[in-house]
Amino acid sequence: MNNAARPRAVVAAHGELAAGLVSAVERITGRGEALAPMSNVGLAADDMEQRLRERIERDGIRAIFTDLPSGSWTTAARRAMRGREDVVLVTGVNLAALLEFVMRDDVDAATGARSSVERARGAISIVGGTRGG
Amino acid sequence: MGVELFRIDDRLIHGQVVVGWGQPMGLGFIVLVDDEVAGSEWERELYRMGVPPEMEVIFETVQGAAARFAEFEREERKGILLTGDVGSMARLAAAVPAIKRVNLGGVHHRAGRVQRLRYVFLAPDEERTLREMEGRGVSVTAQDVPNARPVPLGDVLGGRGD
Repeated sequence: MNNAARPRAVVAAHGELAAGLVSAVERITGRGEALAPMSNVGLAADDMEQRLRERIERDGIRAIFTDLPSGSWTTAARRAMRGREDVVLVTGVNLAALLEFVMRDDVDAATGARSSVERARGAISIVGGTRGG
Repeated sequence: MGVELFRIDDRLIHGQVVVGWGQPMGLGFIVLVDDEVAGSEWERELYRMGVPPEMEVIFETVQGAAARFAEFEREERKGILLTGDVGSMARLAAAVPAIKRVNLGGVHHRAGRVQRLRYVFLAPDEERTLREMEGRGVSVTAQDVPNARPVPLGDVLGGRGD
């Protein structure tokens, strides 16, 4: 059964990256609704933290994906999830991670997140370029 | 070398600072000047976590940063000094006359603030503080990333920035 109608995770990234990633997930799997994209454009640090807190407390989100480990969304997420052992944060998100997460709707958010990290690490590789240029 | 950029940015350490400015500068250290962060181990660890291991993060209060300023200037590495608000930078600049240039990097929307640039929103008291800083000989420009045009304070406040 597909449980994608309600977001299970937030994707919080710089500029329009999150919307682009979620759009790609939708195109590939039809499960884009499992992810709620968030942009940092125009938001102060307090606003970012507050929006994530609302997603956690109001919407029951238990997984947060951010792009940069040094980014403002990562800082906001760590603040919002402080004291919440049931919420998991994944930094350095890529498309492979999100695809894995939405397809693993048979497991809890933390398990899905761990699985997505393994998939993301395996998805990055380099081909060619051995002679420079 | 020492501190090459004095930046007001309410997100403090984030992507624009670490990557956007940090990588082209060859950044070696960040002085994060914030009384609240300096007093909390949890906050210090939060900001330290996002920074690559080759960059040192020094946490200080405004008073502590003023006292250690000469030490920062003797650094052989390049540094950025950050405050999260206009008032902290103004207090630091008042205590350290060697600070001659301040970068408005990001002050975002909050009740009572008016939008001046895409990434700069200011309350009347913050505008007054920035003008006073310029009146004491500190050049204030807004610039979020290194390849953007620095916008002089007069243009920021006069709506001629974008």
